[in-house]
Amino acid sequence: MNAPTYNFAYLDEQTKRMIRRAILKAIAIPGYQVPFASREMPMPYGWGTGGVQVTAAILGPEDVLKVIDQGSDDTTNAISIRKFFGKTAGVATTTATADATVIQTRHRIPEAALHGGQVLVYQVPIPEPLRFLEPRETETRRMHALGEYGLMHVKLYEDIARFGHIATSYAYPVKVNARYVMDPSPTPKFDNPKMDNCAALQLFGAGREKRIYAIPPHTSVVSLDFEDHPFTRYRFDAPCALCGAGDSYLDEIVTDDKGGRMFVCSDTDYCESRQSAGHRGSESAAPHKERAHG
Amino acid sequence: MTTVAELPAGFADKVLSAQSTFRSVMDAMARPGSVQRIAADAGTPAAMMRGTAAIALTLFDHDTPIWLDSRMSETSDVAKWLKFHTSAPVIADSSISSFALIGSPRELPALDRFAFGSNEYPDRSTTLILQIDSLTQGPALELRGPGIDGTAILQAAIQPHDLFERLAINVALFPRGIDVVLVHDDAIVAIPRTTRLVARGG
Repeated sequence: MNAPTYNFAYLDEQTKRMIRRAILKAIAIPGYQVPFASREMPMPYGWGTGGVQVTAAILGPEDVLKVIDQGSDDTTNAISIRKFFGKTAGVATTTATADATVIQTRHRIPEAALHGGQVLVYQVPIPEPLRFLEPRETETRRMHALGEYGLMHVKLYEDIARFGHIATSYAYPVKVNARYVMDPSPTPKFDNPKMDNCAALQLFGAGREKRIYAIPPHTSVVSLDFEDHPFTRYRFDAPCALCGAGDSYLDEIVTDDKGGRMFVCSDTDYCESRQSAGHRGSESAAPHKERAHG
Repeated sequence: MTTVAELPAGFADKVLSAQSTFRSVMDAMARPGSVQRIAADAGTPAAMMRGTAAIALTLFDHDTPIWLDSRMSETSDVAKWLKFHTSAPVIADSSISSFALIGSPRELPALDRFAFGSNEYPDRSTTLILQIDSLTQGPALELRGPGIDGTAILQAAIQPHDLFERLAINVALFPRGIDVVLVHDDAIVAIPRTTRLVARGG
C-alpha cells in the first residue's frame, strides 16, 4: 500500500509527549502560559492550529469530539477540524454538547453547563493579555512574574474615561486563581462567568504564539473590574428569533438592505435542541409551511 | 549483566497506551487528591511500580533529564530500561532534572535539591514521582485548591510523613514550586503546587 498513513490523531509521538508535558505544567500553574514547540499543521495559522495540537495530544479512541466555531457546529472551520480528527483518529463526533467528552472551540463557550467528564479546548490567536499594552515579551513575562497588572487596569480605566463604561466586549481579561491575568481568547465577555468554577477542565492552545495554558476544574476566574464599574455581561436585548431563548448569546443577522435584522442564538446546538423541545421564536417557520415547501 | 533482550518490555501498543496513561495523569493533575488508575500494561524493572513505568514511557524522552534516588539506582536496571525505552538522560544533579523517580520516599532529599523553576518560567521545575505504600488506606488528608470542588479527602500512607509540611514551600514560592505524583501499583494521585492541606484526620 502506497497511500500515506498518519499516526493516531496525526501528530507523532514525540510531539505529543512534549505537548502533554506542557499541558500538565499548565494545569499545575493555572493561567500561566507554558511555552511549547508548536508544529506546523496541515492548516493555516488562525484556523486553530493550537487547539488542534492540544486536542490531538489528549484525544483517545473512546472520546466523542465536538468542534464549534463562534458557537456553530456547521461552519467551515468546525466541519474541517471535525473531519480531520474523524479521519486521522477515527473518533466519534457529535454536535450535542452534553454527549461530547472533548469540545474544541473557537470564540465561544457552549450555553449548556459543562460537566466533569468534559475537556474544553480553546483556539487562541494572541495568548498574552498584555501584548497590545506592552509589545516586548521580556517585559510582559516579568510583569506576570511579579503579578504586576496595573497596566491592564489602566487600559480598562481609559475605556471608562473615553466611553463612560468598560467598552472591552470580547477577550475580556480575567484573573485565574487570584494570581495570573489571562486572556480567555476572543470569547464575548458574556461567556466569562461560565469559566468561573467550571466543572470541566479548560485548555488553551495558541499555535502561532506557541503557548499552552489551562484552567483546572472548580477554579476561581474573576473578570477584572472596578468597585464603581463592576463587570457586566452583554447581550442584545431580544429573544432568539428561532427558539425564543432569552438567556443565550445572540448573533445579529442582517436580513435585507432596508435595516431589517434578526437575532439568533450563536450556539446552534442549544438553539436546535430548544426548537426540538417545542420552543418557537418570532421567525420560526411554521411546520405546515415547511411541509408545503417540500 | 542484563542485555537489551532481557530488559522488561515497554508498552505493547505505544500510541494508545501512552494516550490512556496521559489522560489518567491529566485527570489526576486536574483533580488533585482523586485516585486515578493506569490501565496500560508495561514491563517494569524490579524497583519500579506499574504506574511509574507507564508514566515514564508516556512522558520521558531525550528532552527530560531524569534523576533517580538510591532505591531506583541500586542496580543499573532502571537506568538501562529508561535509556532503552525512552532515551531520557539519567543525571546525577537533581537540581536540573525534569522528573525525579523516588523509590524510597522516606529518604526523599530536601526539596530545594530539585528545580523550582524561575518566576519568569515556573514550568521549568522538577516533577517528583513518589512510590508509596497505599493510596487507599492510611490517615485522611483534607485538601483544597484549584481542581477541587470544596475539599477532597485523600486516604493514603504518605511518605515521607511530613511531605505536606515540606510542600508548604509551594505557598511561599508560587508560581515556582514542585508538583508531585504519588504512585502505588497502578493507582496515582497528583498533588500540583496549588494544592493545600487544610486538615489531617485519623
